[in-house]
Amino acid sequence: MSEQQNTKSKMVGKQSLMFQNPPIILASASIAGKKESEGPLGTLFDEIEEDPLLGKKTWEEAESELMRKAALKVLEKAGLASRDIRYLIGGDLLGQLIATSFGIGELEIPLLGIYGACSTMGEAMTLGSILVEGGFADRILAITSSHFAGAEKQFRTPLDYGNQRPYSASWTVTGSGAVIIADSSFAPKGNEAQIIIKGVTIGKIVDYGLKDSMNMGAAMAPAAFETIKQNFEDFGVDPSYYDKIITGDLGYVGKQILIDLLKEKNFDISANHMDCGIEIFDQDNQDTHAGGSGCGCSAITFSSYILKQLREGTWKRVLFMPTGALLSQVSFNEGNSVPGIAHAVIVERR
Amino acid sequence: MEKGVGKIMANQKQGTASQVVREQDKQKRDQAYNKYVKQKTPTFSTAKNTIKAFFIGGIICTMGQAFIAYYKYMGASEDTAKAYNTVTLVFLSILLTGLGIYQKLAKFGGAGTLVPITGFANSVAAPAVEYKKEGQVFGIGCKIFTIAGPVILYGIFLSWLLGLIYYILKQLKVA
Repeated sequence: MSEQQNTKSKMVGKQSLMFQNPPIILASASIAGKKESEGPLGTLFDEIEEDPLLGKKTWEEAESELMRKAALKVLEKAGLASRDIRYLIGGDLLGQLIATSFGIGELEIPLLGIYGACSTMGEAMTLGSILVEGGFADRILAITSSHFAGAEKQFRTPLDYGNQRPYSASWTVTGSGAVIIADSSFAPKGNEAQIIIKGVTIGKIVDYGLKDSMNMGAAMAPAAFETIKQNFEDFGVDPSYYDKIITGDLGYVGKQILIDLLKEKNFDISANHMDCGIEIFDQDNQDTHAGGSGCGCSAITFSSYILKQLREGTWKRVLFMPTGALLSQVSFNEGNSVPGIAHAVIVERR
Repeated sequence: MEKGVGKIMANQKQGTASQVVREQDKQKRDQAYNKYVKQKTPTFSTAKNTIKAFFIGGIICTMGQAFIAYYKYMGASEDTAKAYNTVTLVFLSILLTGLGIYQKLAKFGGAGTLVPITGFANSVAAPAVEYKKEGQVFGIGCKIFTIAGPVILYGIFLSWLLGLIYYILKQLKVA
C-alpha cells in the first residue's frame, strides 16, 4: 500500500478514505426469513422468522419488525443498551424508509435515515466509520432490511399476480442485518482478534444505459466495476490484496459482467470474488434465478457468514461492497435507465 | 492499411466487454453495453414456452368449451351458456389465486394462463388481495385495476372507435 499520502489527511486517491485509528466492529446480528434459512447460510443466522408476516398485518409492518428485532439482537449480543449508541444509521427499500421509520423508533437512538437501495449497508457502515473515527460518535449502529413481499409490492407487481420471472431476475432477501461500529478503545481486552474497518471507497452513480429492471445485476455491475477499479487505484493495490472481494447482489449475470469488465483493465478477480446474492440461496433447488438481492442480502450475509470467516481467521482482509440499483417505479415507467451505485468497505482482521 | 485492419477488428468486437471499457462516447458505450448484456443474460427457450402455453391455455379453453356444453345441456341458450361460462372461469381463477395455485400455474404456463379470461381475473384479484390493507377506498378502490387498467381503458376505447367507424360506414351505405 502506498504511504505517500499526507499523514494528516485521511483522504486517499479520488474517492477513498484510510482511517488512522480504524474503528472496530463490536457485534453483529442477522434476522432472516424462512427461505433464507433453507439456503446454504441458513444455520448461521441469529434468528429465523418462519412467518413471513411476523405476526403482523402488513408486509411493511413485518419488515419494520424484522429491523426492530435485528437492532435489539445486536444490542443484546454487544451487551449494550440503546442509550449506549450515539447514532443509528439505517435504511430500507420501502417508500420513504417505512421499515426504518416504524421499526426502530422505540429505541430512541438519534437516527440518520439513508437510502442507497441495496447498497445501503455499505453506505451505513461508511458513514458510521467516518463518524466514529472522526470522534463524532463513540458507537454507532448500522442497520438495513428488506422483505421479499414488500419489495415485490413496491417495485414490481402484487404477490398473487401470476407471471414468469426471467432468469436474470433476482429474489429479494427477507431479512435484517445490523452491526455496531465502535471506537477502537472499546475493543474487548484479551487476545481475541479484532475486526476493523480500515478504509472505504465511496461509489458514484454509474449508468451504462440499461433499462431492464428485471436484470439488476447487469445494471449494477458497472458501478461495482468502477468502485473496485477506483479502490485499487486509490490504495495502489491489486486483487491479491484482498482474500475476498465481496459484492452485494450482482447475482450470476452481474458477477460474470463484473469479472469481464475488470479483466479488460487487467485486474483478474475471478479467483477471489464472491457475491452475497449467489451465496445466500441455492440456485438449483430454491428457484431464485439470478440470486438474492435487497438491502438485507448483503447485510445478513455480512453479519453472519463474512464476519464469521474473518473472526475465525479464514480470511484476513476483505473488500465488502454492497451494490444498489437506484431505480423507482416512476423512473422506470418514465423510460429511464437503471443507475447503479456501489460502496466498498475494507474490513480486516487484526 | 493499419487503419483498415483496426476498423475490421472493431466491427468484429461489437458488444464485447472490451468495447464497453474502451468506448469513450457515452452513447456508443451504452449501446455496446446493452448488446453485451443481451449476450450474457440467459433467457427462456421460446419453443418450450410456446408449447407449455399452448397446452395450459388449451386446457383452460377446453374447460370453457365443456362448461358451455354443460350449461346448454342444462337448458341454457347459447348466449346465456357463454355468459355462465365466463362467470365460472373467472370464479375459478379468483379462487385459485386466493389459494396461491394460479401463480404456480402461470409460472409454468406463461401466456397460456395470461391470455384467457382467467389471466384477466387473476390480474384483478391479485391487487385486491394486496391492497386490501390500504383500505376499501384508497387501497382496493384506487389500485384494483393497476394491472388490468390498461386492458379495460384501451379495450373500451377501441370498441368505441370501431363503433364510430362502423357508424360512419353505415351512414355512407358502405357497410
